[in-house]
Amino acid sequence: MSSTNQGADGAYPLLFERSVPGRRGVLPPATTVPVAWNPERLPASLRRARAPLLPELSELDVVRHYSGLSQRNWGVDLGFYPLGSCTMKYNPKVNEAIAALPGWQRLHPYQPEQTVQGALQILFELERDLCALTGMAQATLQPSAGAQAELLGLLLIRAHHQHHDPAHAARRRQIIVPDSAHGTNPASAAAAGYEVVQVRSNDRGLVDVKHLKELVGPQTAGLMLTNPNTLGLFEEDIETIAEIIHAAGGLLYYDGANLNAIVGIVRPADMGFDIVHLNLHKTFSTPHGGGGPGAGVIAVTPPLAPFLPGPRVEYDAAKNQYHWRAAGPWTVGRLREFYGNFGVLLRAWAYIRSLGAEGLREVARTAVLNANYCRAKLQDCLEVPYADRPCKHEFVASAREVHRRTGLHAQDLAKGLLDRGFHAPTVAFPLIVEEALMCEPTETESLQTLDAFVDALQQVVHLAYTQPDELRTAPHRAPVGRLDEVLANRHLKLRWLPDPPATGPTAEGPTP
Amino acid sequence: MSYLPHTASERERMLAALGCREIDELFTDIPPRLRCPQDLGLPPPLRENELWQLARSLADRNQDLDHLCCFRGAGAYDRFIPAAVAALANRAEFLTAYTPYQAEVSQGELQAMWEYQSLICNLTGLDVANSSMYDGASALAEAVLLATGVTGRTTVLVSEALHPEYRQVVETYGAARGVTVETLPAEQGCTRSRETASLTERKQPAAVVLQSPNFFGILEEDTRAIGEFAHAHGGLLILVVDPISLAIVASPGELGADLAVGSGQGLGSPLAFGGPYFGFLAARQEFLRRLPGRIVGETVDSQGRRGFVLALQTREQHIRREKATSNICTNHALGALAAAVYLSLLGPAGLTEVATACWRNAHYLAERLGRLRGVELLFPSAPFFQEFVLRLPGRNPEEVDQAFLRQGFLGPLPLSRLLSDPKWQDTYLVCATESRTREEIDRFIQVTQEMVA
Amino acid sequence: MAAYPQEYRYSKEHEWVKVSGNKARIGITDYAQQELGDVVFVDLPSVGDTITAGQPFAVVESVKSVSDVYAPVSGEIVAVNDHLSDSPELINQSPHDEGWICEVEMSNPAEVDELMTADEYQASVKSEAE
Repeated sequence: MSSTNQGADGAYPLLFERSVPGRRGVLPPATTVPVAWNPERLPASLRRARAPLLPELSELDVVRHYSGLSQRNWGVDLGFYPLGSCTMKYNPKVNEAIAALPGWQRLHPYQPEQTVQGALQILFELERDLCALTGMAQATLQPSAGAQAELLGLLLIRAHHQHHDPAHAARRRQIIVPDSAHGTNPASAAAAGYEVVQVRSNDRGLVDVKHLKELVGPQTAGLMLTNPNTLGLFEEDIETIAEIIHAAGGLLYYDGANLNAIVGIVRPADMGFDIVHLNLHKTFSTPHGGGGPGAGVIAVTPPLAPFLPGPRVEYDAAKNQYHWRAAGPWTVGRLREFYGNFGVLLRAWAYIRSLGAEGLREVARTAVLNANYCRAKLQDCLEVPYADRPCKHEFVASAREVHRRTGLHAQDLAKGLLDRGFHAPTVAFPLIVEEALMCEPTETESLQTLDAFVDALQQVVHLAYTQPDELRTAPHRAPVGRLDEVLANRHLKLRWLPDPPATGPTAEGPTP
Repeated sequence: MSYLPHTASERERMLAALGCREIDELFTDIPPRLRCPQDLGLPPPLRENELWQLARSLADRNQDLDHLCCFRGAGAYDRFIPAAVAALANRAEFLTAYTPYQAEVSQGELQAMWEYQSLICNLTGLDVANSSMYDGASALAEAVLLATGVTGRTTVLVSEALHPEYRQVVETYGAARGVTVETLPAEQGCTRSRETASLTERKQPAAVVLQSPNFFGILEEDTRAIGEFAHAHGGLLILVVDPISLAIVASPGELGADLAVGSGQGLGSPLAFGGPYFGFLAARQEFLRRLPGRIVGETVDSQGRRGFVLALQTREQHIRREKATSNICTNHALGALAAAVYLSLLGPAGLTEVATACWRNAHYLAERLGRLRGVELLFPSAPFFQEFVLRLPGRNPEEVDQAFLRQGFLGPLPLSRLLSDPKWQDTYLVCATESRTREEIDRFIQVTQEMVA
Repeated sequence: MAAYPQEYRYSKEHEWVKVSGNKARIGITDYAQQELGDVVFVDLPSVGDTITAGQPFAVVESVKSVSDVYAPVSGEIVAVNDHLSDSPELINQSPHDEGWICEVEMSNPAEVDELMTADEYQASVKSEAE
């Protein structure tokens, strides 16, 4: 038990350690209906023996606990967060204020259409605008995140083949992904029942077209590609790649993780893609929430539209009314309950409305400027492969030389950055670069922040060569020291358990 | 331009450092013929005040539940949410962080998720939980895939009384993996063990999926027996539950479930027109290494102080790629955090009060409605939690919706909206949560009476 | 570097085999455990399983990597090292002895002749490291 945020052993107290038997927090609504509750009114087989073991806290206990926890957490609002491939840009406050309006927050998903016209208009306009930005014909706003969108995209590919060439659809069992791809690509392909085939990157960091030609054939269902790729490089041969895949009868899937580099400049449809997913929590500025929620829109060319899940929103101009339209008979089916992460979709809508096409184009241009600026400044202290041409929104530096000379890893440099007030870049990804540090500054960071980050990383690299032990044990100024991941995985403690084993009414909670 | 920091002179300096004259030089790798037109047909940009006005005016085009009194549920519930939930969960340090890959500067999120896992284990009576799924339906789909992986079987037996959208999601996820979804018929709204006995023997399912309270609001009495049949034939029992009900209803662990999933919406997520909420997934210990998603584990730091990290990452897509237990990456951590705050604020006594208030309100309402002529309780003898089904013979759904809206109510859900079988033609799913007052319930009864008169 | 026992035989996938009669005890080499880093989990096979030379039969995990263990010889598993369930670190601490993974009754003892001697293995590891 502790009323402070510092336990005796220096550890931050757990919710459960703050619990005081009998203490109450917020009192829920009290009903006055003349029907009494009595556990006996439930059949014996359905009665819970004891109330669940929850902490007993005052409201202030809870406020202190979570306020204290928040102080032990890094977010974009506190400082630079160059986590590559995650697009940790600023999340505008007005979008939060808009999303908090009761007119959205207090809408039940099954309300009659006439009572949710504003919400339907948001969904309609967002689909329209995202189609315009991708060059696609129709979109579904249903997927809850990028990975769920990937699964849907692959189900669309499967449906397409089954519909157009049922006799040979089963033969198309392979999805090709680059060796630089995000882990979700192969995982989603497997989840959709496909075999994964890996296409190599060439010495320019791009898809090896020659290898791709060897891989494609009647067994190819499609290719998943992010462009720019995870090295931050634009796949210059994209038209050839599209031709190769299409000639083999496959479809081209655009992983939108890196759209921030090219939004408003190039449309995936013009590059030859058939299916696009968009991570609204990346390009369209919705907050990442400590891991989620996001939203993963899927947009498609006209031939794939009949397979999309439903419902989608349509507009009846004559009546000036929006209404739901159920999925068609060829739909691949539903991916989640209700319609999608409306609160996230609403923020993305607000972001697009605040910037317009010109503003979004400027977003991409500035994101690319910032990445190239950082990369140029860092080249003195870290190796940056493929730097013979501009990068796009991100770049990958390699700490290979540091590792060779000191035995330190990219992760050690990352921990050194934490001590200097920066979140670290993505470490050890993509897999094709040794000791990778993947930096994505985003467009919302100022020149001063970028300069300070570059300085900090230079200091850290210098430290690696002069006082490697300082980094091996870093961080030293974070809320905790270096955490023992090996211990965490060898001796799994994945939940709190009362110690000693609880008996009696106190630890078990009151009997309902 | 909004949100972009550089002044013109800063941009010049940065370009100079790159040896460029204009930003376009950084895009020379993009073939010019691929460039899209300037005019994409998007609406023009808005200043913050204009955006706010527009968003307000659109929000005002909705009739939200501050203006309609809600008697509709079906998987999304009008619950009391303490003000402290949003105040804490939406703190910028949580809101603007991502997955805690750098554990030392993410202790707040990691500890909160570890505590959340503990709370879910305690609620469900199971051994392990992950740190959130997207929603209840996809959590169920993942649980089903887990069961097929464990058993090496491809058929699942799903109760007819499962929320239809959950079933559809299981079918979508399962189709690509060759999973066949078979129906376990319900009788008078309940899933019965008699049916299960013969079906499990014939179908040898990977799992039997039950929801309790089920889509019709009914608490499934035969859960334990059904689980025993599933186990006897080498399958698992997966339970879909309402976390609020678990304050008073036997937990999945007590009922012999192997996996429990559900929507966490009721635990502090606003209705928000269907999302974002989150899904929870808990399991018995033996399935730990097959669980999808992030799991947080306790450890120590270099000074021996307690700390938290992501554990068992080798299950996940970023390491195991096509052999991962799931493709999930981004989850719904913020909803899980809100749930942990909610449960902490209410505590065992508060949660029990919420659950009993739901039970009392719904039972009072059912009792009174059942007395009205022209109103028929469809499953009068089944035990229920906060929802039940009415038949309003001869009324069409549109008319019923409108009659309630005119009186300021979001009335019961016409089941024909979600269930195509004609037997549901004039049936309605009514819900009364803890948020309803006696006055509201009495007025709702009166409006119903006038409508059927 | 720990010495590679002369009486063992080694595979190019970095497993060792200790033969006694028709039985073979199998583990991963010191080189393999060093490459892998701290082992946190071993997915063990079961007694009675049949394994085939060249096919994966167990999985060894570190915090952020997963490695299949390939059978150097074929046969039926007659014993597994249960200590690894609680103490996977035995693979790091004693790869050639206490960190053994399983024992098989060989179905084709001639397969042992295909494997490398300690000297050959050491040479191949040396060239791999370069």
